[in-house]
Amino acid sequence: MLHFSDLFQYTDVFLSGLLTTVELTLLTTILGIALGTCCAAIRQYGHTVSQRLVAVYVELIRNTPFIVQLFFIFFGLPAIGLKLTPWQASMIALTINLGAYSTEIIRAGLSSIPKGQIEAAKVLGMNFRQTLTRVIFTPAFEKIYPALTSQCIIVMLGSAVISQISVEDLTYAANLVQSRNFRAFESYLVTALLYLVLAIALRFIFNQIGKRLFAYREVR
Amino acid sequence: MSLVNLHQVHKYYGDNHVLKGIDLDIQAGEVVSIIGKSGSGKSTLLRCINGLEEYQQGGITLDGKEVTTEDIQVRCLALSVGMIFQNFNLFPHMTVGENIMLAPTIVLKKSKAEAAAVAKAMLEKVGLAEKFDSYPEKLSGGQQQRVAIARALAMSPKVLLCDEITSALDPELVGEVLKVLEQLAQEGMTLILVTHEMNFARDVGNRVVFMHQGKVWEEGDSKQLLSSPQTDELKQFIGAVL
Amino acid sequence: MIQFSNYDIISNLLFATQWTILLSLAAFVGGTSVALALTAARLTRNSLVQKCVHLYVELFQGTPLLMQMFLCFFGLSMLGYEISAWSAAILSLTLFTSAFLVEIWRGCIDTLPKGQWEASRCLGLSFLQTLRFIILPQAIRVALAPTVGFSVQVVKGTALASIIGFVELTKVGTMLNNATFEPFKVFALVALIYFALCYPLSLYSKHLEKKFHVSR
Repeated sequence: MLHFSDLFQYTDVFLSGLLTTVELTLLTTILGIALGTCCAAIRQYGHTVSQRLVAVYVELIRNTPFIVQLFFIFFGLPAIGLKLTPWQASMIALTINLGAYSTEIIRAGLSSIPKGQIEAAKVLGMNFRQTLTRVIFTPAFEKIYPALTSQCIIVMLGSAVISQISVEDLTYAANLVQSRNFRAFESYLVTALLYLVLAIALRFIFNQIGKRLFAYREVR
Repeated sequence: MSLVNLHQVHKYYGDNHVLKGIDLDIQAGEVVSIIGKSGSGKSTLLRCINGLEEYQQGGITLDGKEVTTEDIQVRCLALSVGMIFQNFNLFPHMTVGENIMLAPTIVLKKSKAEAAAVAKAMLEKVGLAEKFDSYPEKLSGGQQQRVAIARALAMSPKVLLCDEITSALDPELVGEVLKVLEQLAQEGMTLILVTHEMNFARDVGNRVVFMHQGKVWEEGDSKQLLSSPQTDELKQFIGAVL
Repeated sequence: MIQFSNYDIISNLLFATQWTILLSLAAFVGGTSVALALTAARLTRNSLVQKCVHLYVELFQGTPLLMQMFLCFFGLSMLGYEISAWSAAILSLTLFTSAFLVEIWRGCIDTLPKGQWEASRCLGLSFLQTLRFIILPQAIRVALAPTVGFSVQVVKGTALASIIGFVELTKVGTMLNNATFEPFKVFALVALIYFALCYPLSLYSKHLEKKFHVSR
C-alpha cells in the first residue's frame, strides 16, 4: 500500500529543496542564455578562429552527458587548483550546458533573419552593434523562443543530477526523505510530480514573458 | 560638379566578370532609369554605388567623395544615399513610425520628438500619415514600399537608389508607389532606379541607361532612346517588354 | 592499494563502454517500439487515445529522467516487484525515449501537407493505404535525421544508470576516480569516450538533414 501521509512531516525538506532547484534554474537560465547569445553572435558573425572555438565548445558539451560534465568540474577541476563548492560547480556546469544548447538554437534564429534586413540597416547608416540589437535580435529571438524555453526546462529537469554532488536540491530532498521513512516510491512520486508542476509553471511563465516581449504580434 | 560619378568600374564575382568598365555621370536632380535583362549587372551597379558590393577596379565618387565598402564609409554614405529594396525590408518588430524614426535617432542622434516630427512629415508625403502606429505586416505591399520610401527620406539623402521597387508588388499596387516617385522627381530629388516600368522611365525619367552583358550598351535622353533605339540589343529588349 | 596504470584505466573504461553501448541499444530499440505503437494509436484519431498519449508525453517529458529511474528501481522494488538495475534502467530509458520520439514523429507527420491526406481520399485510398503508401514513406524521410539526433540523448541518458548502481561507463569512471584519485584524467577520458560515441551520431544526423533538404 502507498502511504503518502508519512510525507507530510517532511514538507519543509521538500520546500527547501524545491527552492534550491528554482533558484539554480533561474540563475542558470539567465546566465546560460547570455552565454549562448554571445557565442551564437560569434559563431554567426565572428572571425574564423573564434567561430571554430565556439563550435568545439558546443559539440563537446552536446555530445557528453551532463553528469560527466558535472563530475569533471566538481571533482576534476580541483585537481588543477580550481576548488569549487557543490553549489558553484552545479551552477557553472548548468550554465555551460545550457549555453552550448542555446548557442545552437540562437544561431538558428540569427541565420533565419533575411539578408535584406541587415542591408536595410546598413544603408540607413547603422553600425554592427546597432543592427544586431535593434534589428536582428528581436525577430531572431521571437523565432526561436519556444525552442529556447523548452531547452531551459530540459536543463531544469536535468539539474536533478546535481544531488549527486550533494547540492540540496529537490532530488536530494527526495533521497533524504526516503532514507528516513523508507517510503521510496511515495517520495519519488511526489518529487516527480513537483518537478512536473515546476515544468508546467515555468512554461506558463515563459509564455507570459514571451507575450510581453513580442507584444507587437498581438496588436495586429 | 556631378553628384554621382562612375569611372571604369569593374566588378567580379570570382571568375564571373559582372561589370565590365562602367562609366556614368549623374547630375543632381536627374532621374536615371537603368534597364536591361536580368543578369545584365544593373542591380549590382546600384549596390556598388552605395557600397553594399565592392568593386575591383575603377572608381565611384559621390558628391566628390570616393565610395568604398569600408563599414565606416558605408555609414557616411548612408547620410547622402538612400536605398529602397525590391522586398521593402521593413523591420517587422517595429511600427511604421518606429521604422522611420530608428535611424534618425540612433545614427543622426536626433531627439525622439524631432525624429517623430520628421517621420510624420515623411509619412504625410507618401500619403500614409494615419499608419504611424501600424505594424508593417498589416499593410499592403504598396503601402509597405511607400513606408520604405519614407524611411529612406527621413535621412534626407541627396540621392535615392531604387532597386526594382515595384517588382514584388501586385500590378494594381504599382501605381501608388510610382506616383510617390514622380512627386519626388518633381521636387528635384535625384533618383537612380533599376526598373522594368518603361512608361515611367520614359515619362518621368530624364535619362535611360541600357545595360547589356555588364556594359552600358546605350544611354541617352529617355524619350529619344526608347522611341528610337540604336542597337539591336535594345530594340530586342524594348520589343520584349512592351 | 592497487596501482592503476593509464593502460588499466583506459582498458577498464573501454570494457565498461560495452555496457553503455548495450544499454543504449536496448533503450533505443525499446523506445522506438513503444513510440511506434503510440504513434499508430495517435493516428487512429480517437480523441481519448490521443489524450492518453498526450498525457504520457507530458509526464515523461515533464519529469527528470533520474526520477523516472528512481521510481522504476527503488519504487517498484518497494512495491514488491524485485527489479535489477539493468532492467530498471532499460525500462525507464524506454519510457523516456518513447515519449520524446512520439512527439518528434508527430511533428514530422504534421509537416506533411493536408492535401496529401485529401488527395489520397479522393483517389479512394483507405486510411491504412494512405498511411502505408503516402504518409509513412514521406514521414520516415523527414523523421530520420531528428531520430538519429535523439539517439545522442539516449546514449547520454544511460549515464544516469550509474546512479542506481548499474556498472557502465560513468559508474566505472567514478569507481576508478575513487581508486586512483585522478579525477581530472579519469573524467576527461570518460567524457572523451562519450564524445566518441555521440559525435558520429550527431554528424550523421546533420548529414541526413542536409541530404533531405537538398533532395527536397
